[in-house]
Amino acid sequence: MAINTEKNSYTIAFAVVMVVIVGSLLAFVSSTLKEQISTNERFEKMQNILYAMGVNNNDESSVVFIPTSEVQTQFETYITQQFVIQNGQVTEDPEAYLIDLKREEASENPRLPLFVGEKDGKKFYIVPMRGKGLWDAIWGFVSVDDQKVIQGAYFDHKGETPGLGANIKMRYFMDDFIGESIEKNGAIVGVTVAKGNNDPVNEDKYDNEVDALAGATITGNGLSAMLSTSLKKYESFFNSLSAQ
Amino acid sequence: MALLNKKDAALLKDPLADNNPITIQVLGICSALAITAELKASIVMGLSVMFVLAMGNVVISLMRNIIPSKIRIIVQLVVVAALVIVVDQALKAFAYELSKTLSVFVGLIITNCIIMGRFEAFALANGPKRAFLDGIGNAAGYALILVIIGFFRELLGSGTLLGFPVLGDPIAKTGLYALGYENNGFMLLSPMALIIVGIIIWVQRSRNPKLIEH
Repeated sequence: MAINTEKNSYTIAFAVVMVVIVGSLLAFVSSTLKEQISTNERFEKMQNILYAMGVNNNDESSVVFIPTSEVQTQFETYITQQFVIQNGQVTEDPEAYLIDLKREEASENPRLPLFVGEKDGKKFYIVPMRGKGLWDAIWGFVSVDDQKVIQGAYFDHKGETPGLGANIKMRYFMDDFIGESIEKNGAIVGVTVAKGNNDPVNEDKYDNEVDALAGATITGNGLSAMLSTSLKKYESFFNSLSAQ
Repeated sequence: MALLNKKDAALLKDPLADNNPITIQVLGICSALAITAELKASIVMGLSVMFVLAMGNVVISLMRNIIPSKIRIIVQLVVVAALVIVVDQALKAFAYELSKTLSVFVGLIITNCIIMGRFEAFALANGPKRAFLDGIGNAAGYALILVIIGFFRELLGSGTLLGFPVLGDPIAKTGLYALGYENNGFMLLSPMALIIVGIIIWVQRSRNPKLIEH
């Protein structure tokens, strides 16, 4: 090779060219795929919301969503109303499900989305939530009925440890929440993921506790905190339901 | 192997046993501890590393004569990071479900010492074909150990394999559990992965005295 790769000028030129090439390659990939990716994310959100109110294709033990080809129509069928709560004001907004909770948390005057679903004549109030796990964000959707009893839950995470914290999205864990009350002595307290609550089969539905996952203490604590703080934000809304 | 001469075949075979990246070179231990609580995650991680390592080895090998040696580590890092991000974005657009399973591993792949180690030790000094074989071989050696660890940790820790209960139901007390067997929750924690790696190294060295250093 004729080029002297040890020269400083060559090193700097190489670095500059490399950064420009790699930078434009990544920018190109990102901008071409952006639309497709955001559609995928929107469909996923719809699937998650529907999952929480029990609209899914679950088999005996695993989580199966409505296929993406149907999710748009199913979402329009089952989700009858979408609300945004800001400063205690409840307004209807058909695009409330597109609200980015991460951005709202950072704002001084957050908008709280809430979805109302109807299935077989029964009403579901679906609350989206976001919190912190061990490594990164965790989030979820929980549906409750007008008695403040959980009807379904879906949790997901960005980077919890596979096999440990990542199991919050396993069916056996999420199903444990169904039937748990989020209320205790008239106040919204959420549900705590508890170790050693002497109720591993989850027979006591009014203890505000579900059995924790082994090896996932911090993810579990994060999930408990997410449930109580997020649900409390909707306390006045839930109270207005029981007043009706 | 008719397609490959003896030297090339050795590139594929050596890392599986006598020159295994985990048990002999002790590289890539971090991810071997972190994600082997389940067999499925082990397999996925093994395949992802195989893809990235083979591709990255080829790219680095093609550029080996023009990379300035002063910044070669940075160049290697940029190549592996760019490769991983492009793959991740493409998966997000066209195979969303798969990308959700893999997203956890993206960060772990970029920092995997095996990848940097092979770029530095092999791809910088060899042609693209040999570099490709070396990448496949080393990743296979890595994947093999991950699968062994994942198998034992999932079986003994959760009583399942690939998510299927193989020992019965621990809550309803069927199968082995009816006899009083309990899952060992300790197997789910990272230290047990290190102990299993230790056992594998022990077995390997006692079977092959050539590997013992004096």
